[in-house]
Amino acid sequence: MSITLTERAANHVQNYMTKRGKGVGLRFGVRTTGCSGMAYKLEFVDEPTPEDQTFESYGVKVFVDPKSLVYIDGTELDFVREGLNEGFKFNNPQEKDKCGCGESFNV
Amino acid sequence: MALLQIAEPGESTAPHEHRLAVGIDLGTTNSLVATVKSGTAEVLLNQEGNKLTPSVVRYFADGGVTVGSQPKAEQADDPANIIVSVKRFMGRGMADVARYGALPYKFVDAPGMVKIETVAGLKSPVDVSADILRALRVQAEAALAGPLVGAVITVPAYFDDAQRQATKDAARLAGLNVLRLLNEPTAAAIAYGLDNASEGTFAVFDLGGGTFDISILKLTRGVFEVLSTNGDSALGGDDFDQAIAAHWRKLHGLASANHKDLRRMLMAARAVKEDLTTADDALAEIQLSYGQTLNVKLSRAEFHNMTAHLVERTLSPVKKALRDAKLSVDDITGIVMVGGATRMLHVQAAVNGFFGKPLLNNVDPDKVVALGAAIQANVLAGNKSGDDMLLLDVIPLSLGIETMGGLVEKLVPRNSTIPVARAQEFTTFKDGQTAMAMHVVQGERELVKDCRSLAQFTLRGIPPMVAGAARIRVTFQVDADGLVSVVAQELTSGVVAQVDVKPSYGLTDAEIATMLQASFTYAKDDAAARVLAEARTDAQRLIEAVQAAMAADADLLSATERALILQEIERLHRRQSEGDAPAIKASIEKLSTATETFAAKRMDKSVAKAMTGKSLDEIAKIGL
Repeated sequence: MSITLTERAANHVQNYMTKRGKGVGLRFGVRTTGCSGMAYKLEFVDEPTPEDQTFESYGVKVFVDPKSLVYIDGTELDFVREGLNEGFKFNNPQEKDKCGCGESFNV
Repeated sequence: MALLQIAEPGESTAPHEHRLAVGIDLGTTNSLVATVKSGTAEVLLNQEGNKLTPSVVRYFADGGVTVGSQPKAEQADDPANIIVSVKRFMGRGMADVARYGALPYKFVDAPGMVKIETVAGLKSPVDVSADILRALRVQAEAALAGPLVGAVITVPAYFDDAQRQATKDAARLAGLNVLRLLNEPTAAAIAYGLDNASEGTFAVFDLGGGTFDISILKLTRGVFEVLSTNGDSALGGDDFDQAIAAHWRKLHGLASANHKDLRRMLMAARAVKEDLTTADDALAEIQLSYGQTLNVKLSRAEFHNMTAHLVERTLSPVKKALRDAKLSVDDITGIVMVGGATRMLHVQAAVNGFFGKPLLNNVDPDKVVALGAAIQANVLAGNKSGDDMLLLDVIPLSLGIETMGGLVEKLVPRNSTIPVARAQEFTTFKDGQTAMAMHVVQGERELVKDCRSLAQFTLRGIPPMVAGAARIRVTFQVDADGLVSVVAQELTSGVVAQVDVKPSYGLTDAEIATMLQASFTYAKDDAAARVLAEARTDAQRLIEAVQAAMAADADLLSATERALILQEIERLHRRQSEGDAPAIKASIEKLSTATETFAAKRMDKSVAKAMTGKSLDEIAKIGL
């Protein structure tokens, strides 16, 4: 079981956390909302919860709750630039289809 | 697929519900757009990869429009159709524009605001600003990959209602939903997180490309109030470039350089100026026309010497602003530095020396206003939960309407937090009056002539009634952007008239401060003037009532009574014109006494008239 960050993604998370001035890592999870079943959730973490599973890539801790992990196990988180837009992108091997925007998905 | 940003803990939005909002610094020389991404405010780059987009618009005969660095570079080719620094003309009339001296534009006088004649037709400053804003919107929507729900646009603190309304109109034309107009110094203060401090008085020192503004802000319980503003609309970083270029031309005997060479020298001057903020000496190579190459250099000491007078010129507005705010340097908690020109070390040293305090300058001074606006936009768009940052603004000057005698009745006192709505009832002055002129004014003085006129409108269709019987409710509404709408309604008939303030144009920068100052200085005179005007109005009302009664019931008066009343009216007339309030009041008393018997007789007559020809039964009913 693993969740990984690319080096680029890890650098950006580090930068954002430095600017933000607090936080112990990144929460990655899913919520059962959205137009295609489930939606990704990406948040800063100030206080991890006891049931969280922790992964680490390039010095950045990623916290995932066990319920979410089922759907996103094996996901690699990347930071990409598309034209003028830039942000985080998920490569989830379990994803079967997703809505046009990619914000929600199905396994 | 959509690219995600990191949210604050517990604040992830549902898919498609993250609301994209931006802050826009619509500057005189350059404009920027910023947004909050993953909890951090950042400036969005334009198509050319720059954070600054020059506020320059070019119009073509085929209806084409270009915005930014391209038209800026082409300025010399087509000066009449390339509009620069349009912000100066926002909400301005012909007389104001004339003050800017020779400009390459063909101005046309139009109601409210000048227009500029271009190959693409008449363009108002609002149209030109809308084209700049549209370019920024397109840029932001490309960078954020989605439509914007709204924008916070910054305006100078001294912008009056006309200029604010013009800015809002421009945004609407550009397809932007304005969440809020925000004062530039307030935006800078937000970018530094000063709104999280509990209290303090801050100076915001904004030296831009072509303009200098100083604002004194007071923060109380999260509310920023602009205490005073001052500045120099013809002083900025460009003047420092000019000084360097002039020095080189003198040194190298290039007094009559052509336009292209001048431009290159200015660009080199700018680069050298920027280098000198980190280096003691700077070099530049300028390719002149005819293949000549000019090698120039400048030391920091030389640069500081030759531009010391420019730095000095910023300090006098600072002193004035402090004086207007009735503060000394010791009262200032912090100094926020805004504008690229504040990077110059001798500017920083001068400001630091003047206030004797360290400066807040670790946020990029070019971006600081846009970043503050972005933070505010993020909150207003609803992307941040909690009420940790509810920013309130206050109106700088009281709002009221003119009443009889040229007096101001203030409905919304200055420093009211906005949005605000206030209502008050007024009545008619004359018998049978069917219309009422409403004059909306802004200011602290008691007399209309000393305040600023914002708008005039007329409420018509009031049913004829005796003076004082009509009930006219006047409601003032000030929205979150400080824009005013006034509604007058006659309550018995329901007739309504209203105005959104399309103010008379042409308030100068320092005038708000001056107006405020004057209200303190003339407080005593104003109070006396108010008493006098009220007495005169009372006298006028009484004279008209008596004259109307005499015309209606002349038969009730004996010759002696008539003579006495006429004599008192004549006296009151005289007193009225003399300007002695107690004397007018005494004379009013005398006229009232003189008409007492007459009034009693009229009362009897009207009772008798009401009963004549009526049966006892009917009279009993009236009595009920």
